Amino acid sequence: MNKQLLLGAEAIALGALDAGISGVYAYPGTPSTEITEYIQKNYADRLPPVRSSWSANEKTAYEAALGMSYAGKRSLVCMKHVGLNVAADAFINSAITGVNGGLVAAVADDPSMHSSQNEQDSRAYGKFAMLPVLEPSSQQDLYTATREAFDLSESIRLPVLLRLTTRLAHSRAGVECKSARMQNQLHAIYAPEQFVLIPQNARRQYNVLLGLQDKLEHLSEQSWLNRLIAGTGSHGVVAFGIAFNYIMEVRQTFGLSFPVLQIGQYPLPRKLVESLFKSCETILVAEEGYPVYEELLRGYFGRETIMGRMDGTLPRAGELNADIIARGLGLEAKAVMPVPDIVVHRPPALCKGCGHRDLYDALNTVMRSFDDHHVFSDIGCYTLGALEPFNAIHTCVDMGASITMAKGAADAGLRPAVSVIGDSTFTHSGMTGLLDAINDRSPLTVIIADNDTTAMTGGQQSSATGSRLLNICRGLGVEEQHLRTIIPLKSNLEENIRVLKEEITYEGLSVVIAQRECIETAARKKRSKVSGT
Amino acid sequence: MQSNIILAGVGGQGILTIAAVIDRATLQSGLTIRQTEVHGMSQRGGAVQSHLRISNREIYSDLIAEGTANLILSVEPLEALRYLPFLSPEGMVITSIDPFINIENYPSIEDILTELHRTNRPILVNATELAREAGNSRTSNMVMLGAASRNIGIDEKQLEAAIGELFHGKGSDIAAVNIKAFRKGQELSQTQATAT
Repeated sequence: MNKQLLLGAEAIALGALDAGISGVYAYPGTPSTEITEYIQKNYADRLPPVRSSWSANEKTAYEAALGMSYAGKRSLVCMKHVGLNVAADAFINSAITGVNGGLVAAVADDPSMHSSQNEQDSRAYGKFAMLPVLEPSSQQDLYTATREAFDLSESIRLPVLLRLTTRLAHSRAGVECKSARMQNQLHAIYAPEQFVLIPQNARRQYNVLLGLQDKLEHLSEQSWLNRLIAGTGSHGVVAFGIAFNYIMEVRQTFGLSFPVLQIGQYPLPRKLVESLFKSCETILVAEEGYPVYEELLRGYFGRETIMGRMDGTLPRAGELNADIIARGLGLEAKAVMPVPDIVVHRPPALCKGCGHRDLYDALNTVMRSFDDHHVFSDIGCYTLGALEPFNAIHTCVDMGASITMAKGAADAGLRPAVSVIGDSTFTHSGMTGLLDAINDRSPLTVIIADNDTTAMTGGQQSSATGSRLLNICRGLGVEEQHLRTIIPLKSNLEENIRVLKEEITYEGLSVVIAQRECIETAARKKRSKVSGT
Repeated sequence: MQSNIILAGVGGQGILTIAAVIDRATLQSGLTIRQTEVHGMSQRGGAVQSHLRISNREIYSDLIAEGTANLILSVEPLEALRYLPFLSPEGMVITSIDPFINIENYPSIEDILTELHRTNRPILVNATELAREAGNSRTSNMVMLGAASRNIGIDEKQLEAAIGELFHGKGSDIAAVNIKAFRKGQELSQTQATAT
């Protein structure tokens, strides 16, 4: 037995490597980051090489993965659920073009929003794009399914969506691996009728996709990821993805024997579903995420024999667990010790000594002198500036929205209009918004908090920092005298207040770059230097 | 055999290192394991926990159900209390009593100790002091693992060997100080157990 203890995310990475991928493309995002990191950390020197550095955003990542597939090689693209919104244009259209080399998109959803702005369910995207979706329930199954997903992708010539959720991505279990498959040879296809999506080609390709749907359902019927676990009684359960684990945990703990239909591959296997429905009077539908398939199974006029998230049997929002399932099945809850009243919340906070603290100290001082002191911000560690003791920012919506929302507010007449965005978020989705603001001559101050890394997700390489950021701003057209740099340190507080005040009161577009390395990455570099010597 | 352990602490306190040692020892014992981690926003000084499940049969849920943990092992006393609903009626709390105060409304340590004493035979550890005695104040997580070593469900010698292996790459002196810290914790829990 040769088991490795892997996070679900790492099991995907190893499954893809053993399937013979030639590249992984990704932008960091919890809970998907560890897929790519595992490949970067463990396979940097592998031959033939597996390309693995970070992309600027999920859209560039997806398109590059599609390009690698076009060239005949296998590629993996990874992102968190909201990243698929960014990559959605490429994702949906890649279902129309189809693929050449195997293409698998691993998308990690975050129900209960542990580190996210929403808990959207990527299976809805899979259905929308009419692509096969895999949703294994264990780390071992993730490994095996990822490996096989590339074969599936090449056999039906479509991308495959692999969906997982936080709990599986961030839980370890023993995984047994098989020997690695060779990488594909370069074999780009010359097929403009397939890849040039002008209307006459797109219509034909769309019909190809529609024509494949029966086959996809047939594949689901045959898939080992979908199986009926026989049982007794008139009450059955359809358990999707990781919900299967909680259902089986409860079944084992309470010594129950209801039949369970495990679903780990979509589209839904109609015959399997029918066979469960025929043998049961009532069905509990357990899905981790939105009630995507509960809604479908209920139909528009509802079906009282179906229970799930939509009738309150299970909560409408949030992550599932065995306790929630047990309550949903009407099993008696045990009396448990309460959390003592003295236990207070301990929210995350900016690290002690973090440069963002000094930036917000300076910014808060400047903003206090205005009646209207709205600060538009973005997604990263600096979002923690929304909490006590800073209360320094007033928006955080989606990657890059700080600049564009501040621009819109400036257009509406709001003065001053200030945005705070990190280096990695700026190159992800902020640059185009800045171009809009420059073209419109919007009176706006953009503060780029450049800590030289993608910090919130654990310190990944950022696409452009330092002097490259300055050059990007210059290239986009920021005026040199209103492109300023500050070093956010306590000792520079007065100077930083002065610079920020000058630019925020300037009736035009200005950019202030606050440059100071993340203390976490700086400490890590120092440690690795010490242990290296 | 089934062991359900909640590891608790504050982001950056090293609970994942405790988990990594137990993981390694478990895998070598041929038992099944599931171990959750917290990555992302909460790691920045927020409350973090790891659910660790060890069994000789298949484990379905990565998460521990309420009222079924046989151990809450915490490197911070307030954090030990946060997960009490998971503790089984026979379960116990083993925690460091060194508070990590990064919030303004942190309760008084007396109140925390009162609540801890309401649980079954808690083992309360001056982890930082013992770590310092071992030679490095940053090894308090290994002191805590030592203090809990009889309640993990894994052979204590196997745990110690796993510490040696895990820290091997960082130098033999680092491995030695962590093992020393582990033994300090072991000794303390033995003394407390005989005292009660």
